[in-house]
Amino acid sequence: MKREVPLIITIVTGVVIILTFVIPHSPFGTLQDRLYNWFIIVSGFTTLLGLDSLIQYHLKKIRDRRKDSGYSIVLLLSFFITFALGLYSWIKFRSPLVPISPTGWIYNYMLLPLQGTMFAILAFFITSAAYRAFRIKSLESTLLLLTACLVMLARVPAGNWIWTQIAHLIGAVFHSVDGSALAQAPVLSEPTNWVLSVPQMAAKRGITFGISLGYIAMSIRIILGIERTYLSS
Amino acid sequence: MKLLRWLASLDRRVIYALVLIVTIIPLIWKSNPPIEVSPEVQMAYSSLDKVPAGGIVMFSIDYDGASEAELQPMLMAMLRHCFSRNVRVIMTAQWPLGMPLGQMALDSAAAEYHKVYGRDFINVGYRPGGNALMVGLGKSGFRQYFLRDFRGTPIDSAPFMRTVHNYGQIDRLVGLEAGASGDAWVQYAGAQFGLRIVLGVAGVMATSMYPYLDAKQIEGLVGGLRGAAEYEMLINHPHRGVWGMNSQSYVHVLIVILVILGNLTFYFEQRAKKRGPGGRGQGTGAGEQGPSEPQTERPA
Repeated sequence: MKREVPLIITIVTGVVIILTFVIPHSPFGTLQDRLYNWFIIVSGFTTLLGLDSLIQYHLKKIRDRRKDSGYSIVLLLSFFITFALGLYSWIKFRSPLVPISPTGWIYNYMLLPLQGTMFAILAFFITSAAYRAFRIKSLESTLLLLTACLVMLARVPAGNWIWTQIAHLIGAVFHSVDGSALAQAPVLSEPTNWVLSVPQMAAKRGITFGISLGYIAMSIRIILGIERTYLSS
Repeated sequence: MKLLRWLASLDRRVIYALVLIVTIIPLIWKSNPPIEVSPEVQMAYSSLDKVPAGGIVMFSIDYDGASEAELQPMLMAMLRHCFSRNVRVIMTAQWPLGMPLGQMALDSAAAEYHKVYGRDFINVGYRPGGNALMVGLGKSGFRQYFLRDFRGTPIDSAPFMRTVHNYGQIDRLVGLEAGASGDAWVQYAGAQFGLRIVLGVAGVMATSMYPYLDAKQIEGLVGGLRGAAEYEMLINHPHRGVWGMNSQSYVHVLIVILVILGNLTFYFEQRAKKRGPGGRGQGTGAGEQGPSEPQTERPA
């Protein structure tokens, strides 16, 4: 029964949801609204479930004195302090997210800088990785490298400045070439727009189609009860 | 050869230091570089510009602190555009941690244009549900999900909200995206209910949104810090986006220079290897210690 009941619920719900898309009339139309509301309520409870799992996992880690359990202590302390301050802020400021509330302070001066820092570190790694790994080794890697450099330069004002200097230099060396006119030529922007709107978009569409087909296939497998890995405990 | 050998064994901390320098110096010396407006940002601007005074634009804050540097200037520019034209704003969030960022931007832009909470704008806050919420707002209406704003005040206490029932009364949706919510807005709110959508997205995912723009499923696309800078230029209010473009410019140029240097080193290293140890030249000596093979990056 532990497997059959969830399977039946999944099959019935999946079929009903599909029917509500093609039959918008009563009772299916209103049933769709009801099911969506249930989904929103259940998704709210999944947050609680996640919190429970998180706390249980780290409490066990601390109890067992496993390696790096100090981080678990920091995590749990942070969680409970933030939770308590959130309740206090809710009572005093009617929202835990008012900037002058304690949680507002935590958000502005701890969470935002930490999140920003984590994301900003990528710039350092990407630059270092580009220096070490971006090599002309084959036709494909050459194309990738040239395209990347073109798009990187075209998307920033410095790219236009560099091209303007090059155009003026060409104009100075070859008197038959008008440097100013050459500087106005869309040497960077036009090829970049073409890259973005033709090969990039074609590849992106292909990927989207592939993902969507896989998504549909997996959904059908789940609804028909062929795919049952989500039931395993 | 000494230079090549040095380049080949360049410590990654030197690269990190270079990135730090070229990022920080332009931020200290604030200047307004010439910024060319791209067609997709012009489309986004024109779309919002067509919303009549008294019309309603709904903003969805679907990002958090990680993408704040790119998307917050975008949000500020678009809010300034709306408030300068007396367009009313409803703010919501698909990412709960993005909601305070939205409120901060609302407070700041509203103070600049003397807009009043409840009369000119409202923040209805975050609700869970994602795709189901998007469909529900179109079918069942706002009051099914948002009876109160983020402070707990009934949304009907804002006079303009009394006429808002579903997407039919929303002139535009501006989705500011750092994840998959942008696709969901297009697929569920745009495709099913005809909601007119403008997207502002983090630079790293801007290319993913071009098919929607090409298919006219969105009316404009503002991508990354560059998009924010372009939008700031369009509203004649250069601010964080434009200032940040200097840093981004120099970092891009630095990456291109490093890639060229890395390839030069690689070329000479390969040439030295072909000649062999007994050849005419001894090579750069970089083969044993060089950066030619990708190395796993680890935080220093």
